[in-house]
Amino acid sequence: MDAIILQILNGLDKGSAYALIALGLTLIFGTLGVVNFAHGALFMIGAFCAVTLSRILTLSHTVIDETQKDFLGNPLKVDVPYIYDIFGQATGDVIIDWAVPLSILFAIPVMVGIGFAMERGLIKHFYKRPHADQILVTFGLAIVLQEIIKYFYGANPIPTPAPDAFRGSFDFGAMLGFDPNTIIYPYWRLVYFAFAAVIIGAVFAFLQFTTFGMVVRAGMADRETVGLLGINIDKRFTIMFGIAAAVAGLAGVMYTPINSPNYHMGMDFLVLSFVVVVVGGMGSLSGAVLAGFLLGILESFASMAIVLETLPGINQIIIYLVAIIILLTRPRGLMGRKGVMEE
Amino acid sequence: MGLTKKDFTLLIIVAILCVFAPFILNPFPEGSAMAQFNAGYPDLMQRLVIFGIFAIGFNILFGLTGYLSFGHAAFLGVGSYAAIWMMKLLTMNVIPAIVISVLVAGLFSLLVGWISLRRSGIYFSILTLAFAQMSYALAYSVLTPITGGETGLQPKYTDPRILDGALEPGQTPRANLFGLDMKQSFELTMGDWVFTFNAGYYVAAVIMLVAFYLSIRIFRSPFGMMLRAVKSNQQRLNYTGLNSKPYTLAAFVISGMYAGLAGGLLVAMDTQVGAERMFWTASGEVVLMTILGGAGTLIGPVLGAGFIKYFENIVSKINKSILEQWFAFMPDGIEDLLITLVYPFIGKGWHLTLGILFMLVVIFLPGGLVEGGQRVGRLFKRKKPADDKPDGKTTPAE
Amino acid sequence: MSNSKLTRRGLIKTGAVAGAAGLTLPTYLRADAHAGYLNAPQGDTVTLGFNVPQSGPYADEGADELRAYELAVEHLNGGGDGGMMNTFTSKALQGNGILGKKVEYVTGDTQTKSDAARASAKSMIEKDGAVMITGGSSSGVAVAVQALCQEAGVIFMAGLTHSNDTTGKDKRANGFRHFFNSYMSGAALAPVLKNAYGSDRKAYHLTADYNWGYTTEEAVKSSTEAMGWETVNAVKTPLTQTDFSSYIAPVLQSGADVLVLNHYGGNMVNSLTNAVQFGLRDKQVNGKNFEIIVPLYSRLMAKGAGANVKGIFGSTNWHWSLTDEGSKAFVQSFGTKYGFPPSQAAHTCYVQALLYADACERAGTFNPCGVVEALEGFEFDGMGNGKTLYRADDHQCFKDVLVVKGKENPTSEFDLLEIVEVTPVEQVTYAPDHPQFAGGSLGTCNPGA
Repeated sequence: MDAIILQILNGLDKGSAYALIALGLTLIFGTLGVVNFAHGALFMIGAFCAVTLSRILTLSHTVIDETQKDFLGNPLKVDVPYIYDIFGQATGDVIIDWAVPLSILFAIPVMVGIGFAMERGLIKHFYKRPHADQILVTFGLAIVLQEIIKYFYGANPIPTPAPDAFRGSFDFGAMLGFDPNTIIYPYWRLVYFAFAAVIIGAVFAFLQFTTFGMVVRAGMADRETVGLLGINIDKRFTIMFGIAAAVAGLAGVMYTPINSPNYHMGMDFLVLSFVVVVVGGMGSLSGAVLAGFLLGILESFASMAIVLETLPGINQIIIYLVAIIILLTRPRGLMGRKGVMEE
Repeated sequence: MGLTKKDFTLLIIVAILCVFAPFILNPFPEGSAMAQFNAGYPDLMQRLVIFGIFAIGFNILFGLTGYLSFGHAAFLGVGSYAAIWMMKLLTMNVIPAIVISVLVAGLFSLLVGWISLRRSGIYFSILTLAFAQMSYALAYSVLTPITGGETGLQPKYTDPRILDGALEPGQTPRANLFGLDMKQSFELTMGDWVFTFNAGYYVAAVIMLVAFYLSIRIFRSPFGMMLRAVKSNQQRLNYTGLNSKPYTLAAFVISGMYAGLAGGLLVAMDTQVGAERMFWTASGEVVLMTILGGAGTLIGPVLGAGFIKYFENIVSKINKSILEQWFAFMPDGIEDLLITLVYPFIGKGWHLTLGILFMLVVIFLPGGLVEGGQRVGRLFKRKKPADDKPDGKTTPAE
Repeated sequence: MSNSKLTRRGLIKTGAVAGAAGLTLPTYLRADAHAGYLNAPQGDTVTLGFNVPQSGPYADEGADELRAYELAVEHLNGGGDGGMMNTFTSKALQGNGILGKKVEYVTGDTQTKSDAARASAKSMIEKDGAVMITGGSSSGVAVAVQALCQEAGVIFMAGLTHSNDTTGKDKRANGFRHFFNSYMSGAALAPVLKNAYGSDRKAYHLTADYNWGYTTEEAVKSSTEAMGWETVNAVKTPLTQTDFSSYIAPVLQSGADVLVLNHYGGNMVNSLTNAVQFGLRDKQVNGKNFEIIVPLYSRLMAKGAGANVKGIFGSTNWHWSLTDEGSKAFVQSFGTKYGFPPSQAAHTCYVQALLYADACERAGTFNPCGVVEALEGFEFDGMGNGKTLYRADDHQCFKDVLVVKGKENPTSEFDLLEIVEVTPVEQVTYAPDHPQFAGGSLGTCNPGA
């Protein structure tokens, strides 16, 4: 029982990352009809926003410490962040410690900017082109973006820890009356789950309850008619692209303490997020979110030792196996609309 | 041969290119600064034609029916595994290995196609992707006893190989065609130029020509027409009372067999298999090759395959000291500047160059490299506007 | 076999003499084919092939390997301060290249994929006339390229490869490994772990689901069980896994008090980070502190896990803080040239390049069979790992193994590990027919002509 609760928790947490990425992907696809293979790269750039901000915060000048030696036997050069000079060491440390949450503020304008630039500069010209061309050009863009990041940050993962206050884990088991240490969960992962829930809720509310959202939804259904009504739908679509980029970016920022970011983390998520979107049903936002959580939970169950003993290797293929079963039983995924991407 | 004059000309051109590839790909003299760009060595020439076969086969499915499979690398991989087991158990002769690789890949693609073709569009793509990723993941891990897992499979001199006699001590098992070693090369030296003629390459090239010929025949056959009908409007086709599924399934299996053939040839030329061959990026690569060259055209996929493989093998090998050699004649300041500017794009940065080129080709040449060729051709033919009629080699199958 | 291909660079000269007017000769008639081996160096240079990962997750490790090779070439050609050539016990190297020929090199990208690695190595052999291939950062690539070099007839000096298979079931006569292996990690770690954590422990293994993971799990399991530990469970994790939470969460429930992470590279960084996130290290199980072990440490990768490595035991082939003369000389010349200390990957690659050059000098030829003979049973010292033997039975180096621990108070970004113990070579030596290495055979050397 406790093991099952634990894996459901795990699944929700994993699923929230999948759902966030799939949500952004579906937003772009649903509004613009563009298959964006660079979406994983946006997620990765978001993560590197966090890395960049913590680099900026720790920008340092060197002080030579005569009492210590470096590996060559020369006097040790100690880096002192400028931020110490401005705020003093104690406050400076706190600011550096909170770099990841602070990056949210930093990442939003950056990601929206990148989203606008991408849509205006590139994607716009591909609305009328076949999906295959869209895939190829965004895939090319994804490679270029990740190579640029690799050029500046190297290929190795870069540690970006959560603030001290969120390290360690919370004992659910004790709360529910199990033995201590049976159901523990890291604080930061709980934060991630809550954060994902808020973002998903906000996107839905925005589309459902604002005039802007209503127009965009109308545009998704029938772009031509909305245009004929004298509404500048293009501009709104650009904004939607910016929002989708920001959602992917924020998912990336908050993910950094869970796994140290590296330049190919976007590609690692790309295939998975497409599977999630398709299992959810092309063009369906709620389908994408639902599929994200579903696959996350199933993946967690497949990794239990007892499951692996009966079905060795099931953890390797569970996602794909489930995708095949769902697509064979429900032709358009969980909640897909008829006629979308079926040609 | 049952070909129109245009198709026949195209086939002859491809044949000539194949025969003279050792010359064409080695345009620069040995030892010169440009020799870095020579591609006329056996391994790369073999890869160019083998991936050409892979792309030709993929194009029969994607170019004609419009079904975008994202899992074709699985068939290539399965074919390779079948071939290497043939070499380990039966004989190092490449014929049984290649035959079995085509058969096994055909069977596997029949299974995958039969299931995946129940859906269309992106749902079909994800189904094929799922099968390929499962094949990869299992081959890398739990199937290690059969596939060798991470370390792959290579023939060892301790393998049974029941048809071959025992190897003499000190001999390594070599892939051969009735005694003709696939690695055997003949070098022709002309002045500063060195041209390599490799047995394995010519075996692969002949097979590629046969594969290319078959694909022309398929494109021009009633069966090909039917596949195009599927692409242009499947619904309408169904309303006429025709069941399109047998046709698409046949196309799927044929292209799976082409992939298996490519996989078998890879093993015949370079006797080893690793599971990475089936990873989704490998499936993505053949999609890129086809679209980059020009989907639905006959020659496009071959061009696309050549383009990508050339880049992967040539640009990735340029390093800083080679750059220094190239620019050594310039004044120091300019030399350093040029090296700094060029360096991010070569060697370890070859992915960046490839990504940029993808984008440029897709943005400016929507029909792929073939369209680029057409535009250049039109520049020279401007005086004859009557020549606008699309010919066999350039008609996209839409 | 009549595959008597020669170096292309060498051919220019032949070609120029033989037929400026287009006179051509079949390969087997060329005079220099009598060298008797593939890619015999012509003229006054010899070409080596450095095949390292330049793209993909191990690109940084590959870059460090390449730096080491460039340094080795500089030293072999008589440049720089000579590095470990001064401390190496064999004095055959003169600083005038190898056998009087200036060392040149070509580079390639393995992409950490066996196909790409073989394509790259083949282009070095066929196009550039490389007489030796070296480098790599994974066992899959090492085994694939080693088999290729055996077929083609050149020497392969493995880079970073830790799986038992490289010199076990997949060993080849033309291949040599200086790096240590899974068995040695297990044998070196066990006594240190016993001292630190006692002999009554329950271990839970998470193992990367591929060959290297299997051999490492087996090695660590058997050596820890031999000293009284119990293995509670061993769970396989997919190579492509990035989030290990669902594997780590159940660890505490199992009653285990030690977690062994048989992971490398990105997997290791992520699983270790996740394990620390779950607060495992703050827990008490069975009245003991919960501990984590990483059998194979890489400093470059440990950097990615940041502060999470603190206090965690593992083993490594070499570390720059060693104070023997060889290590000091190497760190000095590497650090002076590049501004930071070398990694263990850089060290093993540098040493392999020097060992190859030295073997050629001693053999008096570049002929692979001569080199194999010179390296087999070769004993040396002064290369940073103490007294070392290249065993003839399996072409594996036997030397001391370092047990290290994540440092509590690092003084710089390179100062992540501290050496806990140098396990003497006797403790990590095994019989050539040890069951963990069974099933392979070296065969005989292949000179390729």
